[in-house]
Amino acid sequence: MKRTGAQIVWESMMREGVAVVFGYPGGAIMPVYDALLDYPVHHVLVRHEENAAFAADGYARASGRVGVCLATSGPGATNLLTGLADAMMDSAPVVAITGQVASSLVGSDAFQETDVTGVTLPVTKHNYLVTRVEELAGVMKEAFHIARSGRPGPVLVDVCKDVQFASTDFDYDAIQVRLPGYRPVMRGTEEQIEEAVALINASQRPIILAGHGIILSGAHDELQSLAEKAHIPISTTLLGIGTIPESHPLNLRMMGMHGEAYVNQAVQAADLILALGMRFDDRVTGTLRTYAQNAQVIHVDIDPAEIGKNVVADIGIVGDAKNVLAQLLPRVEYQERADWFAQIDEWRQDTTRRDILNREEDASLHVPFVIDQIRRSINGSGQVTIVSDVGQHQMWAAQYFRHERRNRFFTSGGLGSMGCGLPMAVGASFARPDEEVWVIAGDGGFQMSLPELATVAQERLPIKIAVMRNGYLGMVRQWQELLLGKRYSGVAISSPDFVKVAEAYGILGMRASEKSQVAEVIAEARSHPGPTLIDFVVEQEANVYPMVEPGKALHEMLRRPLA
Amino acid sequence: MALVDRSSDGKETTRVLVALVENKPGVLTRVASLFRRRNFNIESLTVGHTDSPDISRMTIVVDATKTNAAMVERNLYKMVNIIDVQDVTQSPAVMRDLALIKVKIDGQTRFEVMQLIDVYRAKVVDICSDSMIVEVTGPEAKVNSLVDMLRPYGIIEMVRTGLVAMVRGSGYWSGMPPENGNGSPVETEPDIVSLGM
Repeated sequence: MKRTGAQIVWESMMREGVAVVFGYPGGAIMPVYDALLDYPVHHVLVRHEENAAFAADGYARASGRVGVCLATSGPGATNLLTGLADAMMDSAPVVAITGQVASSLVGSDAFQETDVTGVTLPVTKHNYLVTRVEELAGVMKEAFHIARSGRPGPVLVDVCKDVQFASTDFDYDAIQVRLPGYRPVMRGTEEQIEEAVALINASQRPIILAGHGIILSGAHDELQSLAEKAHIPISTTLLGIGTIPESHPLNLRMMGMHGEAYVNQAVQAADLILALGMRFDDRVTGTLRTYAQNAQVIHVDIDPAEIGKNVVADIGIVGDAKNVLAQLLPRVEYQERADWFAQIDEWRQDTTRRDILNREEDASLHVPFVIDQIRRSINGSGQVTIVSDVGQHQMWAAQYFRHERRNRFFTSGGLGSMGCGLPMAVGASFARPDEEVWVIAGDGGFQMSLPELATVAQERLPIKIAVMRNGYLGMVRQWQELLLGKRYSGVAISSPDFVKVAEAYGILGMRASEKSQVAEVIAEARSHPGPTLIDFVVEQEANVYPMVEPGKALHEMLRRPLA
Repeated sequence: MALVDRSSDGKETTRVLVALVENKPGVLTRVASLFRRRNFNIESLTVGHTDSPDISRMTIVVDATKTNAAMVERNLYKMVNIIDVQDVTQSPAVMRDLALIKVKIDGQTRFEVMQLIDVYRAKVVDICSDSMIVEVTGPEAKVNSLVDMLRPYGIIEMVRTGLVAMVRGSGYWSGMPPENGNGSPVETEPDIVSLGM
């Protein structure tokens, strides 16, 4: 059958199961928008293209499917960049469709022309410039395949405007994807597995470091089974939160710069690190010079270029975490390791005593208290997805919201892009229409994507937005306080009256500035059927502890002061 | 490719990688962008045709004192348009560099230079009264040696192609996975053995 390029874009998406896209129209993508009217795909108009990419990213994380965003040429496409870079760093499967000027004009500095495949090259897993309509369907099929397979990531398809108008024969099912150079390795070799099992079974002080790869490969069951069968404690990365219930006795919880001290001490003292779908980010390791010096390292990742990149692996296994864990599982043996667990418990002992930020008797309102109240409110009726923006509140959300269910915490991990929270929640809300979606944001990040309140209102998304307003760009302020002699530079931030702003958008706005008000506003937000925003007026100069200062060893932490 | 970190156990200060790449627009940009982005230190990169019009071949010489060649190999491997990568440093391989050297001559030195060139089995490909262009092919060390010998006469201009390499013997390296019949690669899981991992 004959189809125009614009129709092929939608026909291909329908065959890939796409039901919702996030975008913003413009000149070079108008034929695609015209054709959209004939297809049952829901288009969400964002208020800035960056947020289309973040929404697609959030949709992808929450659904496990490919998220799609659309933009026009030039400024539309360049505005996507931060969201694409975020999806790249955090391995989120995203397909971006951008309009491009007519193929005859490419390279002429035409109106709204930018070399989009050029500028997106380092922030996409792969990208395409389509100049002939005959190529389009094959490119679409490849794009979806590449985005979701192997280590997932963003793929951009830049479609020239004349290609959108032109017609060709279309038979999606008959297209064979030929990617001779794209062969993700899915499981470990017999030799690698054998060596790994020997190390695991012989280890006295092992620790599993579980990352985002566990979630991406759906290896939650295998992870828990392996940890239980071999009796090994687990620590998660920021994006590994939600791989195993946080109340599980083997889950030590988050490691790294703002991980609890006993977790980092365990990593530093371990004789074996079993790293699963994580990439030894500097926020996880502290200085590499002193990182886990007594440990042998088994590193499992689907991306061969991650192995040996930051930490030398004694055994590197390239493969999908689910497959590799299934290969390891039958051969690992239970070891008591009583000394090891006793040691970790000893390190853990004073942790609660240091937890002053969460105390009822402290008069001021701290973010951890708010997060903990949200958790308590939801506890038991636990259908909630938490999307966090970037900054202090993000770390507190990671520390204080204990996730019992899988994949309920989304945030910009690798890129740390402020402003991601609200648009990612928009995407997550479409992926999980029956679930309560909360945004935790600071007054800085929230104002970066504040216009998306209009998207929330237009789409009537029942998102609950908790803005932690401390009047500072808190994490930068914290570093200036602790590392730069309290020379505050460019961190004081004013905000509009968020309650009035919410109301202006037709969203229920509330405020809480005292502890006694917190539970009430949370309950009210939860019972309100539509979107709500709560302006939490919090302690201005609170710090996230523990903290590993940049360049310091993982065990040299600034602890919370003792109560 | 293999996962063993060969660059740390070898003593070579340079490593030679050979990559088969799809002959598509932008592939060279992708490779160059990768090297820049990952801060890889590359001595030379040559690109040329193969016997298949769909496939080009790159030879990449890595400065192993500054860059981990295994990381270069793995990053190249994961690129969609790169069909396969081999580190041929320790393989029995023919490695050749070609140089064109324009050297000063006069009536006295002309025959001296030509004798020198003869020793290196190099060729004079252009000559005029005060200069000649010498063409030399060989392993980099041989080319370097000739360049050193010619330098005292005065090198006016020089260009080198960078190394190209091919493993000896009758083996054929297509880089392609084994045929899987009529199935599309979308449906199949790659054969790990063929990848040597």
